Amino acid sequence: MSEEVKAPGKPVNKKASPGVQALRDVVEDVYAKAREAKKRGEPVGWSSSKFPCELAEAFGLHVVYPENQAAGVAANRDGELLCQAAEDLGYDTDICGYARISLAYAAGKRAAKKLDAATGEYVIDPNSGKLLKDENGKVVIDPVTGKPKKDPKTMKPFTVLDDLNEIEKLPEGEEKERRIFALKNYRQMIMPQPDFVLCCNNICNCMTKWYENVARMHNIPLIMIDVPYNNTVEVESANVEYIRGQFEDAIKQLEKISGRKFDEEKFEKACANANRTAKAWLKVCDFLQYKPAPMSGFDLFNHMADVVTARGKVQTAEAFELLATELEENVRTGHSTLPFPEKYRIMFEGIPCWPKLPALFKPLKENGVNVTAVVYAPAFGFVYNGLDEMVRAYCKAPNSVCIEQGVDWREGICRDNKVDGVLVHYNRSCKPWSGYMAEMQRRFTKDLGVPCAGFDGDQADPRNFNAAQYETRVQGLVEAMEANKKAKEGDN
Amino acid sequence: METIINEFREIAANPKKQLAMYKALGKKAIGVLPYYAPEELVYAAGMVPFGVWGTNNKNISRAKEYCASFYCTIAQLALEMLLDGTLDGLSGIITPTICDTLRPMSQNIRVAMGDKMPVIFLAHPQNRGTSYGLKFCVDQYNNVRKELEKITGKAITDDDIVKSIRVYNASRKARREFVKLASEHCDVIKPTVRSAVLKAAFFMLKDEYTAKLEELNKKLVALPIGKCQCKKIVTSGIICDNPTLLAVLEENNIAIAADDVAYESRAFRIDAPEDIAPMMALAKQFANTDCDILLYDQEAAKNNRGEFVAKLVKDSGAKGLILFMQQFCDPEEMEYPYLKKALDAAKIPHIKIGIDQQMRDFGQAKTAIQAFAESI
Repeated sequence: MSEEVKAPGKPVNKKASPGVQALRDVVEDVYAKAREAKKRGEPVGWSSSKFPCELAEAFGLHVVYPENQAAGVAANRDGELLCQAAEDLGYDTDICGYARISLAYAAGKRAAKKLDAATGEYVIDPNSGKLLKDENGKVVIDPVTGKPKKDPKTMKPFTVLDDLNEIEKLPEGEEKERRIFALKNYRQMIMPQPDFVLCCNNICNCMTKWYENVARMHNIPLIMIDVPYNNTVEVESANVEYIRGQFEDAIKQLEKISGRKFDEEKFEKACANANRTAKAWLKVCDFLQYKPAPMSGFDLFNHMADVVTARGKVQTAEAFELLATELEENVRTGHSTLPFPEKYRIMFEGIPCWPKLPALFKPLKENGVNVTAVVYAPAFGFVYNGLDEMVRAYCKAPNSVCIEQGVDWREGICRDNKVDGVLVHYNRSCKPWSGYMAEMQRRFTKDLGVPCAGFDGDQADPRNFNAAQYETRVQGLVEAMEANKKAKEGDN
Repeated sequence: METIINEFREIAANPKKQLAMYKALGKKAIGVLPYYAPEELVYAAGMVPFGVWGTNNKNISRAKEYCASFYCTIAQLALEMLLDGTLDGLSGIITPTICDTLRPMSQNIRVAMGDKMPVIFLAHPQNRGTSYGLKFCVDQYNNVRKELEKITGKAITDDDIVKSIRVYNASRKARREFVKLASEHCDVIKPTVRSAVLKAAFFMLKDEYTAKLEELNKKLVALPIGKCQCKKIVTSGIICDNPTLLAVLEENNIAIAADDVAYESRAFRIDAPEDIAPMMALAKQFANTDCDILLYDQEAAKNNRGEFVAKLVKDSGAKGLILFMQQFCDPEEMEYPYLKKALDAAKIPHIKIGIDQQMRDFGQAKTAIQAFAESI
């Protein structure tokens, strides 16, 4: 892409654009349809994010995605609560935060608003809510305490853990009703329980045991697509043959679950949609090549929900295509969804710390740093032609490829998207991802001549993130990028 | 008997010396990382398979260049020994990738070794009992076979593998027999001895090892079964070979009736069939392995592994189970709630003790084991 926009990006309207809204609606719809299907008594599946969605789509089965759910639960600040609930069930704190949240949820644990047993009222958290302002926009001071007053409309109850199984056992009556009503009802907290699980371990082996645990809890079938780890950039034909064999068995299992025969036409349609979505996703990601970029790279973290939960649906492809036209327009008019002028461009390596997105964003904003590269771009860009290529595409998940492939992907987007530095998330939840990052960092610096900084965090458990350490590391990276810039200017 | 036991103890405690000895004899050795590498192929190639399961005697230093802290110390210390020269005598190393630590570690080791030694990659199939799973496994094992042939410059014949399978089946049988005898004669085969005898297998050619072990087994059979006052337990976990920790069991009069340990019985539970083509026999041996925290359970909805371990405790006559939980081992941690469920259902008491190979202070473990011994 050319660099036709030279002016710093002007912030766009804060209201969601039609493209962004369409993407939000797609995900909302996936969850809503799964809930409706469950109510009708149809089977609902839980699937790992890189299970070949085309297979379930061919049977018209409703599927939801625990990884997306866990990210949403964490972003809604309930990750720690459910992680602790899983720990109380015996799952160690070292286990992936997504898995812990999902296992607690599968066991019936839910986040709920705290009730006062005596009054039946919610117990309000005094630390929640926004400051109350008068008609002139001034903060109202409480005359009694002398402290700023909170707007009571924005204050929320404390969050507590409840258990769906316990609630269901209660006799019909007021307490049962109250407790049901107190359960939080954002979409990830009302996701239907599974009737079958679809596991593909191309992203990690943790997935295998996580889904086995869910299958045991609910006594339901598990369909396993095992994608062995790759040591070469090319996927060997032996791997393709092995995975194709598994596809055939998976189809037989899905026929049993759905009570329907495999529909070749529907499958091909799903493949066509998945390809169209992947291409549109890649097109959207490529807008980060513009300097300055017409969007904040953090937007991609939000849009990931669509590529995870609805790759095989035509609406997803259409929504990404719509977003692409909006970004095109931003480029033309010099606008950007980035709410500050872009001074530095970085690759953010790894899954974001969902419970701490504002904390992640803060020092980047303060220093004018835009994330213009994330490995999710190539990682979800499954473009293929035919079944063998599809199998090969699913062998190429971030955690199933060799170091050369991993470096090549990242250095490719770093070059194309013109990054000045790399910020690496050493994610306690993700051993396969973080396990070769130290070597990758060395290669980025050597091959690209850009500074790298690492920080410790977690994709879902806020206890593993330290804002002070993060800010120091970002500061260090910014200083190194600044020095690099000056040195380059000096050379010129 | 004391002489044989001391020989095993000496070998288990000095793998480096053992490696140097084989080297002096003109033998090449191939490092074998956990889990389930077809060692038979190394033996068939005329080389010494050399177990690399970390060490209790080093601290992680050089490996930090590659690893964050939240990785199991077995893998980190294996890399440490490859980096600090301890394993320089190896002519190659096999890196299986069946857990999330071993995946990136296979890459780190390949990068770190560079031209120093060939690193032989191995990916096992999880859908392993199917025709396509077996075929894939054979394909992967054939890759290992070819890489080993490159190291020796000599073809490994099917006949070599057939002979190797026989040697390995005999060795597995002898180790299973020893485990039973160790329980019957727990007054002689205390936990530290039991561990040393089983550990030595990782640093010896299996025919030599088996001959020595069979000799020990014979002597044990000949002993009258003593009236042992020990409290018998089953151990579970990835590895529990730390002599200081095992001595704590002895101090508390605890004996090991059987084990569900990756470094011990999980490694020799299943034989390779001897009546089919040898490469397929090795694939079948892996496919037939089950009830293991690292392996996909094709009957996922059942609690097969938990119930298997509970039955092992009952059948062995043990009074309880000690789980030595390797820190940062997700598969083991993931299986714990359902292991606990099966043990609780069978009314088997257990404790979980967190361990790692850099552990030097056993105070907490000591207190927990003491309390457990008093309670069973």
